[in-house]
Order: sequence, then C-alpha cells, then structure tokens
Amino acid sequence: MNKPNNQGYAAIEAKVKASLQRRQRQETRFRLVGVGAVLIALALVASLFGTILSKGLPSFWQATFEIDVHFDPEIVQIGPKPVQASGESPAQFKERDMAWQMDLGFVDFSQLLVNAIAKHIPAAADSPRDAIALITSGEAFALRDRIVADPSIVGKTVKLKLLADANVDVWLKGNIDRSLPDDRQQLSAQTREWADKLYADGVIKNSFSTAIFLNTDSRSSLAAAGLAGAFMGSLMMMIIVILLAVPIGVASAIYLEEFAPKNRITDLIEVNINNLAAVPSIVFGLLGAAVFILWFKLPMSAPVVGGLVLTLMTLPTVIIATRSTLKAIPPSIREAALGIGASKVQATMHHVLPLALPGILTATILGVAQALGETAPLLLIGMSAFVSAVPATPFDQSTALPVQIFLWQGNELRNFFEGRTSAAIIVLLALMLSLNSMAIWLRKRYETRW
Amino acid sequence: MKFRLTALAVTVAAATAAMPAMARDNIQIAGSSTVLPFSSIVAENFGKTFPQFKAPVVGSGGSSGGLRQFCQGVGANTIDIANSSRQIKASEVEACAKAGVTKIIEVKIGYDGIVFASRRDSGKFALEPRHIFMAAAKEIPQDGKMVANPYTRWSQIDRSLPDQEITLVIPGSNHGTREVYEEKTVIPGCKTFAEVKAMTDDKAVHKFCNAIRTDGRVVEVAGDYTETLARLDAQKTAVGVFGLSFYDQNRDRLQVATISGVVPSEATIETGKYPVSRPLYFYIKDAHVGVIPGLLEFAQYHLSPQVSGSGSPLDKAGLIPLNAKERAEVVKAIKDRKAVEVK
Repeated sequence: MNKPNNQGYAAIEAKVKASLQRRQRQETRFRLVGVGAVLIALALVASLFGTILSKGLPSFWQATFEIDVHFDPEIVQIGPKPVQASGESPAQFKERDMAWQMDLGFVDFSQLLVNAIAKHIPAAADSPRDAIALITSGEAFALRDRIVADPSIVGKTVKLKLLADANVDVWLKGNIDRSLPDDRQQLSAQTREWADKLYADGVIKNSFSTAIFLNTDSRSSLAAAGLAGAFMGSLMMMIIVILLAVPIGVASAIYLEEFAPKNRITDLIEVNINNLAAVPSIVFGLLGAAVFILWFKLPMSAPVVGGLVLTLMTLPTVIIATRSTLKAIPPSIREAALGIGASKVQATMHHVLPLALPGILTATILGVAQALGETAPLLLIGMSAFVSAVPATPFDQSTALPVQIFLWQGNELRNFFEGRTSAAIIVLLALMLSLNSMAIWLRKRYETRW
Repeated sequence: MKFRLTALAVTVAAATAAMPAMARDNIQIAGSSTVLPFSSIVAENFGKTFPQFKAPVVGSGGSSGGLRQFCQGVGANTIDIANSSRQIKASEVEACAKAGVTKIIEVKIGYDGIVFASRRDSGKFALEPRHIFMAAAKEIPQDGKMVANPYTRWSQIDRSLPDQEITLVIPGSNHGTREVYEEKTVIPGCKTFAEVKAMTDDKAVHKFCNAIRTDGRVVEVAGDYTETLARLDAQKTAVGVFGLSFYDQNRDRLQVATISGVVPSEATIETGKYPVSRPLYFYIKDAHVGVIPGLLEFAQYHLSPQVSGSGSPLDKAGLIPLNAKERAEVVKAIKDRKAVEVK
C-alpha cells in the first residue's frame, strides 16, 4: 500500500471540497424548489380566494328599493278575509280561505308598485312597462303575502324594502358596460335613466341583502334567488349522515380494533374498507339511484336519499379514522384496566373509548365537511332539480348547497349570477371552514387530557 | 362488523318497507334543459298563485332522458310531466304503452330559436347553411369526390366571412339542440352540393352530412350554454351555438350571426323567416290526472296568455309565444285530455 504523497492529499482535498460545494449547491437548490412549491401553492390559494371574494362579496349587497307603497283599495278589490263561521267544518273554511287567497292572487299588484314609483318619477305612470322592470317580479307576491298576513293593511301606506330587478342591480353596480348602445343593454334606456335617478335620490340603495340567506331558489324573480332551500336540504342530509355514519362507523371500528380476531376474514374486511374509501363518490350516487330509488322506492331529489348516499361515502372515513385513534391509545391503558379485573367491554367502554372521543369527533366533523361539499352523487339522485320551496321533511324534494352553486353557475343571466354563484361559494366555504376549525378546537381542547 | 352491516341492511330495508308508498302532492317534472328555465318559472309562479297547490319540482336530464323516466310506469314514484325540445317519437310512445303509460297528452308551449354567436371583439358573421356544413364536416364533396375537409379558415370557405381560424362549438349529442342544429343547418347546407343531391339513400345522406371533423376545430359541449360561453371566453375566434334566450341575456358579450341574411329575433322566428327554430313541448301522463293534484291546472296555467303570451314572464325569458290559433288548439287538447298522435 502506497502512502499518498502531498500531491495526493491536495487532490483528495480538492475532491472533497468539490463534492462539498456540489452538496451545498444541491441543498440550496432543494430549498429553493421547496420554497417555490410553497409559494406556488399559496399564490394559487390566494388567487382562488381573491377571485371568489372579489366577485362574491359585492353580491351580498343588492340594489334595494326603500319606498312607500300605498295599498290602494281601488286596486286591491277584495272581500274581507274569511273567518271560520260557527258550524262550519275546517275543510269548508279552508276551501273558502283558499278561494279568497286565490282571488287575491289575481290582483294587479304591479300597479301598486308602478304607482309607488310614480310618486318619485311622475312619468313612470305613463310607461308602466319601463317602470315595473325596475322591481324584481317576485315582490308582487310579497305584497300579496303581506295582505294575507294582515288584511287591515289595505288602504294604508307602508314603507317597504323591495329588491330591485337583477338587471337593475347589474346596471347600478356597473357589471355591464354602461357605455354600450341600447341594443346591447338588458334594460330600456328609460328604465336605466330612472334607475340612475332613483339611486341618486336614495330611493334605491345598495343595502345588505338577506334574500340570499332567507329565500329559496328562484327562476322567475332572479334578484330574489336565495340559498334557504339548499341550506335546509344540506342540513337534513348532514343530520342523517351524523345519525347513521357515526354509530355504525364507530361500532365497526371498535369491533375490528378491539375485539375481532386477526384472521383472513378481518383482513379481507379491512382491505375492503380501505378500498371503499377510495371509491369515487359518483359511484355511490349510481348505487343510491339504483338501490334507494329504484328498489326501495324512496322519492327522487329527497334529502333522505342524499343522506343515505353520503352516509355510505362517509362511513369508511369514519371507520379508518376511528381505528387509527384507537390504535394510538397506549396498550398500558387497556392492560391496567384488565389488570384490576375489568372485562374487555368495560376496559373498552370505560377507558379506551373516552380517550378516543376527541379523535372520533374530529374524524366525524371532517367526514361531514367532506360530505357537505359533495356534489356528484347528488346529481345522480335528482337533487339538481329546481325546487322553489323549503323542504319540511327529509322526504320532500330539495337541493343542496354545492348543487345550488352548480345550478346558479349555469344560469343564463351571467352578469348577475357570476357574482351570486361566488357568494354561494363563500357561504359554503364559510360553513366548511367553521366545521374544520371546530374540529381543530375540539382536538386542541381535549387532547391534553392524557 | 359483518353482522352489524347485515343488521343495518335489515333495519334500513324494514324501515323503508314499513313506510307506505307516499302519495305525492306536488307535480314532478323532468326533461329538456332548454325547456327547464321556462318550466321552472311557471312552476314557481304556479305555486305562488294557487295556494291550494304546491309548486312543482322541475328536474333536468335532457329530452330523451326525461321521456325515458316518464315511460317508466304509472305511480307516485314516477314523474308526471316530461319536458321535451322535440316531439315524442313513435318508439317512445310504444315504450310508454308497454310500461302501462297508455295515454299521453301533448302540450306545445312555444318556440325557441338557435343562434350562432361569436365574441363582440371577433369577426362578424353572415352565415349560410352551406358555410356551416363546410366548416364542420369531416368530408366535403369536391369535383365528384369526397375529400377530407381542407378548410382551416372561414375566409377559405367564403370570401365574405372573417379571415379567422375555424372553431365551432356545438352542443353534444345528448342535447335536443344538436338535432335541430343538424336538421336545420347542416343537412340543408350539405344538400346544396350536387354530389349529395345525387345520393339516393336518405340514411347515407344523413350519415355523410352529420359526420363532424375530428381535428379539434369542432368542439362538442355536453354541458350547458355557460360552458359554450366559457369556450368563447378562452378562445377569441370561436363561434358557438346558443339558444336565443341565452344570447339575448348576454348580448353585451356576444354578437349574433345572421343565417341566410336573417337576423334571429322573436319576430323573425315567429314569422318563420329565421330557419333555425323548433317547437317546445311537455307531455302529461293522463293516468296521473286527478291523482296528483293540479296537473291539468298547471298545464292550463302554463298556456294562459298572462304566463306564456306576448309580454309575459316566459316571453321575457326568451320563449317565442304560440299564436292565438295554436294556443286555442293546445288549450282545447288539454281540456279534452286528447291523446298524442305521432306521425
């Protein structure tokens, strides 16, 4: 073996230095790539939230009339509201009441609105078509509902908040190019001029709109379209998911983790649960349509079917998360319990399960949040139908929040619904974020217990 | 776990079996996405106007999908009304009859126009059916032979057209609109060629004319018109096929092409001058009349001039109203509960 001479050492040193430099360069590169990746991700999230917020937030404020409406008895020609006479059966009374309400439905409420506008713009009385285009059509029914609720209102003048038409909102917010010629505008020149004047006079204000929260979806009165029906539908489905997925999921997880013998069958079940968690959600929709609707004859578009489908989808998530929580509990706890004479059930129920609860809760909330945002399976069970009523029971037809976003995204009046869709997305995201932060809060709060 | 799952299945099955087949008290509608907006407006106002009836629920699924659902049978868990942007076919009437839906009432609600539109900042089009065929076809007749479509720019088809790349965005074959697009523009355009006129087999003519090029210049859209609009947003030179009402509500972004020199509008479609239009229908399951409350009332309400006549909410939403004579005929058919006759 030759001893390396000086020259040899220098060569080795140079080699080491070179390699050191190379490795340092490598490290810097890697760091830069890492930082770059994070920056790209952040930029994407920021631009996503940025566009949604910038488009959606203004939609929570809507052009709204604050105007005196005179319930002119000359126009509202209607008999007194029927009162149940003695000896009249409820059915007979109901029939008379319905007939009265229907008569009321044929009153020309738009004339009341035109008259109200004419107080500010006298010329409106002469071209009622241009005037009525200012107010969204559903408000005529709102006037009727007021009379139904309180018939004594006829003859009085009441200051009302009425939503302006969707196109008026678009015009006043500048969501349509205001310099475009008449043939490319949605509103007539006259209506546009009046809208501007009423806005300048303070009759139309851009005020916070409760319509988006309190109303159901609407196609005939676009400015009044809201999320109430979809929200109730989603809420019912989530309750069904929690009621079904949590007990079944937790019970399965406890059995598999604590009691089941480890053999081929349980292995097979475990593999299948993992597979189930990876099944695309649309497949669950197909299953739901085939089993629950065609076989069990449950109604289409109903939250009960949606809830069942989403339960199937959430179940594997809950089982897997619960099992990993149970696995994380040290065996010493079980051994200690068993050691002082507890049965296996007692050890599990009294000691293991309470300690696993925060983890189970987190898993549940995350599973529910995932189910809340699910759209594809709901389309297949007909939950994309147009429903203009809030569902009263889970067997009534309904939509869900993410489906409502999908439906609004497809609405023809793009200038109005681009904003409205983003607003609905904000509502859904806010719900998701609050669910997720609740999960984090619960975890933080309870995990210190042992 | 296995036992628990079985137990669950049994419980769920028992729960659903115990629940009686619930009688529905609102009308259920499904079908054409072209008819859906109109149907939804009527459904909403119907529910608000008649306190004794609940608002009908309107689903989509396309004309064929809706009729297929319609023909599944009679009973509360089947739909009552199918919306369709084309007339029901004899084969569908047969399928219906087989499932027990023996009597169907046809209601024509109005007309709808189909337009070709491009972005405001791109070229202005004055199209002929022949141009559309030449832009979209897979093969073009040339000197007695069929050759692969050589055109890449509109100006190559006709000097009068803008000098820009051909990109035509058409509805997918799941849409009733596609059929109208083919029947009213592609086929007539195709038949202007002597080579096609010489073909005797009608089926072969259709097959040849409707074959679309696959080099990416024709884009089929399976979704709704917002998707078509998004295509145009992304590609400045694209020309899209839209419903008249969609174009009408987005006039600030789109400009419409004339067909054979006619500008599509309510007036030109009503008089039949503008060629690319079609009637819209819905079909009522007669067996459900009297079982599901409000079916005939809904149909009559739909046909009343305040709802679907000129100046009505449907007119504003883009439906081209029936004329008085047609309206009277349809209303009479509803009142008489006349069964549909298919040629």
